[in-house]
Parts: sequence; structure tokens; C-alpha cells
Amino acid sequence: MELITLKNICKTYNLGDIDVPVLKGVSLDIMNGEMVALMGASGSGKSTLMNILGCLDRPTSGEYWLDGEEVSRISSDRRALIRNHKIGFVFQNFNLLPRTSAVDNVAMPLAYTAGHLSSREARKRAEAMLEKVGLADRMEHVPSQLSGGQQQRVAIARALINHPPVLFADEPTGNLDSHTSAEVLKMFQDLNRTENITIILVTHDAHVAGHAQRVIHISDGLINDGVYCAAPPVEEDVR
Amino acid sequence: MKLYVVVKNALRTLLRNPMRAMLTALGIVIGVGSVIAMMEIGSGSSEALKKSISNMGANMLMIFPGMTSTGGVSGGMGSAQNLSPEDCEAIIRECPAVRTAAPTVRVRVQVVRGNRNWVPNQVQGTTSAYLDVRGNTIEEGSPISERDILNCNRVCLLGKTVARELFGDESPVNQEVRIKSITFRVIGVLAAKGANMMGMDQDDIILAPWTTVKYRIAGSSMTTANQSQSSSTSSTGSTRGVLYPSGSTSLYPEKSSTQTANTPLTMRFATVDMILASAVSPEAIPDAIKQITALLRERHRLHPQAEDDFSIRDMTEMTNTLSSTTKLMTNLLLCVAMISLVVGGVGIMNIMLVSVTERTREIGLRMAVGARSRDILLQFLVESIVLCLVGGIIGIMLGHGGAILVALMLGWPVSTSIPAIVAAFMVSAAVGIIFGYYPAWKASRLDPIEALRYE
Ligand SMILES: Nc1ncnc2c1ncn2[C@@H]1O[C@H](COP(=O)(O)OP(=O)(O)OP(=O)(O)O)[C@@H](O)[C@H]1O
Ligand SMILES: [Mg+2]
Repeated sequence: MELITLKNICKTYNLGDIDVPVLKGVSLDIMNGEMVALMGASGSGKSTLMNILGCLDRPTSGEYWLDGEEVSRISSDRRALIRNHKIGFVFQNFNLLPRTSAVDNVAMPLAYTAGHLSSREARKRAEAMLEKVGLADRMEHVPSQLSGGQQQRVAIARALINHPPVLFADEPTGNLDSHTSAEVLKMFQDLNRTENITIILVTHDAHVAGHAQRVIHISDGLINDGVYCAAPPVEEDVR
Repeated sequence: MKLYVVVKNALRTLLRNPMRAMLTALGIVIGVGSVIAMMEIGSGSSEALKKSISNMGANMLMIFPGMTSTGGVSGGMGSAQNLSPEDCEAIIRECPAVRTAAPTVRVRVQVVRGNRNWVPNQVQGTTSAYLDVRGNTIEEGSPISERDILNCNRVCLLGKTVARELFGDESPVNQEVRIKSITFRVIGVLAAKGANMMGMDQDDIILAPWTTVKYRIAGSSMTTANQSQSSSTSSTGSTRGVLYPSGSTSLYPEKSSTQTANTPLTMRFATVDMILASAVSPEAIPDAIKQITALLRERHRLHPQAEDDFSIRDMTEMTNTLSSTTKLMTNLLLCVAMISLVVGGVGIMNIMLVSVTERTREIGLRMAVGARSRDILLQFLVESIVLCLVGGIIGIMLGHGGAILVALMLGWPVSTSIPAIVAAFMVSAAVGIIFGYYPAWKASRLDPIEALRYE
């Protein structure tokens, strides 16, 4: 079944009096348990699309169904809740809290989870997550004491702490060397296979994209190929 | 998110940069510290003032005779000789708001004992009620008795200063002193009271029965401005009546009422210089004044339109003046302290704004993983409140310590004021909220995408 359905998503930035259309009618479906790579030239709107998919931003128009819920028009508090429960983010630059131990970094999203966990339970869960990403011996290390690959693994553990059905990664290997990239990608693949987590990653690297089951190419705000969606992409001027 | 978790996180964040947190809170520390110190020293001094006022005589009223004016020459306050000891007795008897009253006659004369001599500040002729009104106690010996007054006994009570000057370390009780070459037996010594608010030594005093002072010592009293006015040595006052109760000593045949009416005998009353009265409570002072006024007007047979031929003064004027001065000083210093609190608050706001900018990425991240804008608002607000409260607590301790130090080193009176401490605590929390709200609001308004991208 579809986890994500986009219908004719448009995003237009407004700079003073000029409108900058970035997404010009994107429609796509992503099934539950898929691993999808998003590719495209720089400035083609990949990050913009990811922000909308990650409920960080709202589309200017169009429909976005996530896990059976239309989320493009809901309030920001509700979107925060969805981000907390249903979405995990992995960033290119890791975005860990500085001078904060790996466990505390991983447990951080739990602070915003409504289900009340005691701080001890939260810690336990964070430790279990870190073990899962292979950092059992780095619990108390702060980010500056971790290598790039380790930091990204901490970030993955943080993204998974609330067991979200979907993981978004915007150039997760952009700051890593090829060896650690491979490690991280392997981890994504494992998660995708064993835990059935849907993974959507943005990359410039065809080799990275090769790890995914499906590659979606985006250029100039429109999806070129790799779309499951039955409906053909709509014409230019949707504004 | 549970509040204590927020508080714990805030504390952890602040401890990550302890030097900065300390410097930020310094303004609050100084503000709260000075508020507390001011309050404690201020309330201590006003308490000391109250004590010294009640030391002069709690709820005391002073009743002076009016003034005479002859041919346009005013004799000044108290120059009229129209307050009698009977007035005093009537006040005790008929004014419910008055606890007790004592007549006083004042002279200023030399006191001699052996080869030493001394001129006490006050030689007061009075009754035993004087001690009660002035709040004096007797350290050694016994007070002036009713009998001493009726008999014009030559007995006296010495104040500490006088006793020291005349007797040194010896006990003066039952020894003799000469007051204006009349021998007096010392029957007691008053307990030391120290200086009053005006710096007058309250122990430089001799108390004697008013009859003795009036009839044996005083040719003229000190308050009688016109020295030519001879003092009244003959009396038909009731005290004399008590002294010689039977009418059998009358020298002349009884006059008939017609004879009396025809040739009215000009009688000279015994007069006193001042009556000291004590109201039953501070609240009863206005009532006491009203009652005394009514009583004395009636006794002096004043026409309703006539002015009072006496005046009543209480200590409230003096108390008000003095306490308003201390209050003014305390308030001024409080204003300064408040200004420093505001300055401290601005410092907090400044640092919180810097902190929000510095941690823009963190804010973006927290929003991305599910923090609502109110979570972010709470986080920063709690941080600034915690900062202010910690500053406030340190300030309270420093201010309290400072006040104690002042008390120890300078001997100033201080008193711990719990309301001030509570208020300081609340004010620092309020400063945290007021000055922390804008930065926290700014943080909560950030767009997560922009914030995540912020360098
Ligand atoms: N806040 C914004 N305001 C105006 N224009 C924006 C804004 N954010 C993005 N854009 C524009 O949208 C376009 C797409 O940006 P986006 O970040 O999605 O590109 P991208 O595909 O992620 O590129 P890259 O591969 O370099 O990361 C760019 O031309 C950019 O200038
Ligand atoms: Mg991008």
C-alpha cells in the first residue's frame, strides 16, 4: 500500500514581487517499505521536495497524503507531532547537539513525545538504539569525540528512536568518505529490509543511488522518471 | 514535556557555559542583593527608631499650660500657670483613653554631695506615675510613694548619670545629697535608658515628689519665662486638704456664704509645669487628646468660642518626621536597587538573544524532530527564569550576608525580613519572564528550514 502520495505538488517561493517556482506539479507514490533515491541537478528542487515530504514545509498547492492522512493543510503543531511520530530525519551535516553525549542526542526527540517516558526509560531506549547502530562503546562521547561516520550513525539512531515508518535523508553521505558512506548505506539497506522502514534519500552520487530499489529523477521542478504514479505529469503552468 | 525535565535541561545548558551564566546573572545578583540589604537595614533602623520612641515613653502625651501675654509681650509657651495637679488627677479619673498621668515640675539646680557637685539636665518633681509614663524602671531602691508626695518628703531618685557623677561606684541608696542646699535622701536609682532620639541623655535626671520640688526647691520653675512671677507657696489644693484633713486647725471663724461672695479670697493654686499622660494604646492617642481637651476646657471654664489655654503634644509628629525620613531613604535606595534589577534584566535579555542566535541550528533540529513552537518558547523562557532565580537566590544570600556583616561591623540594627526575601524571589522570577519572553518568543517563531540551514 502507499505510504506517501503526492498529487500535483507545487512550491513557489516569493522573493519580494517575483515568484520563484521551484516545484511545478510533482505527483508520485511511494509504497510502504520502499527504498527510494531522489536524484537531480543542483537547484532542481530536491531539498525543497524533501522538506515538504518531511512536513517541515507546506506546498503552495497540491495534496500530500502521508500514511493515510492529508497533511499539506494541517496546523504547525500537528505537523510537529507527525514529525515526531512518523518521520525520521538524517541530515548531510549530522546536526547533533554539540557538547551533548551521544545518548542524550539520541534521546532528545523523546522529550517531545506525548507518551510519558521516565528519563530512565528514555535513556534505555536511546542506549538500545545506539547498540543497534553499532555504537555501544561510544554512549557518552560527545560529537566532537566521534568520527563523521559515527556521528551520522548517532543521527540515524536519533531518527529511529520513535520507530517512525519513514526515514528522510538529504545527502546523508555528502560529508563522508566512500568507506563510511558504504557503511551508512548498508545500515539503511538493513533497516529497510529487516524493519521494513521506508527510506527516501537524496543524492548526487549514482553509486549511492544504486543502493536504492528505485531512483526518481527530478529536473527543473518536475519528475522525469521513476514515477509509479499512473497520472502523467501535468503541464508547466499550474500556477 | 514534563516541566522538571525542561528545568533540568535548562540547568544543564546553563552549566555548559558557567562563566557566561554567572556574568549574565551578576546584574540580578547585585540588584536582588542590594534590595535585600536595603530592606533589612531599612526595616532594622525603623524598628530601632520605634524602640527608641517607645523608650521615651510609649503613647506619651505632653500637656503644657497656655501662654500669657501682657501688653503685647507674649510669655511663650507654658508661661501661664494654669495647669494644676488636680487637673492631672481629673485626667486619670475621667479620661478612659488615658492609662495614667503624672504632673511634673521642673527646676534646674545644682546638686551637691560631699565635695562633688553636678547640675542635672532635669530635676523633676513628679509622682510615681512618671516612671510608668516614661517607661522608666527602678534598678535599685524604691519609687516615690504617695506619702512622700503628701508630706513633701525630701527624697529623690537618681538617674544613672547623676548617680555616677556624685557617687562614682558607691551605691547611692539611703545616702544624702543636697539639692539647692536642701538635704535629700536618695531612695532609689533609675535603670539606664541611654540617649533619646535627639541625643539627650535620659539618665541625667533627678526625680523627687512634685510637692517637695514645688514648695521647697523651686523659687521659680524653669519654664516660667517671667522670673518675676513668684511661685505659689500657699495652696488650697486638695493635696493640702488631704495633708491636714480635719478642719479643726482653722485659724479664722467660718465665713458665711454671703461673706464669701462679697469678699472673694484670691486664691493661689498650686500649678505644675507640665502633665505627662500615657494613652492606653497608640491607637487611643487621638481619643485621649479629645477627652483631655474636653475635660480641661470644662475644668478651666472656657467659653466654647475661646481658645484652649493649654496645648497637648504627642510623639506622633516626631515619630512621623523621623520615620518618614528613614522611609524616604529606604525608598530611594530601593529605587536604585530596582534600576539595577532592570539593568540586570536587560543583560539577561541580551544574552538570551545571543543564545537564540547561537543555537539557531539546535532550534531548527528540535523543531524537525517534533518540538512545537511552544516547546521551544518554554525551553528558552525556563532557561532565563532559572538564570534569574539562581541569580536571585545568590543575591538573597549575599544581601542577607551583607546586612549581617553591616550589623556586625558597624553595629547598625538590621532585621531579617521574610516578605522582602519572598518578594525578591518573585521579582527575580518576574524579571526572568519579562526579559526572557521576547528572546524565547523569537526562538519559537523561527522557521525550521531556515534554522536548520543557518550557519
Ligand atoms: N527559501 C527560499 N527562498 C527562495 N528560493 C529558494 C528558497 N529555498 C530554495 N530556493 C530555491 O529553490 C531552488 C531549489 O532549491 P533546493 O535546495 O531544493 O535545490 P536542491 O535540488 O536541493 O539542490 P542541491 O542539490 O544543491 O542541494 C533553488 O533555485 C533555490 O534558489
Ligand atoms: Mg539540497
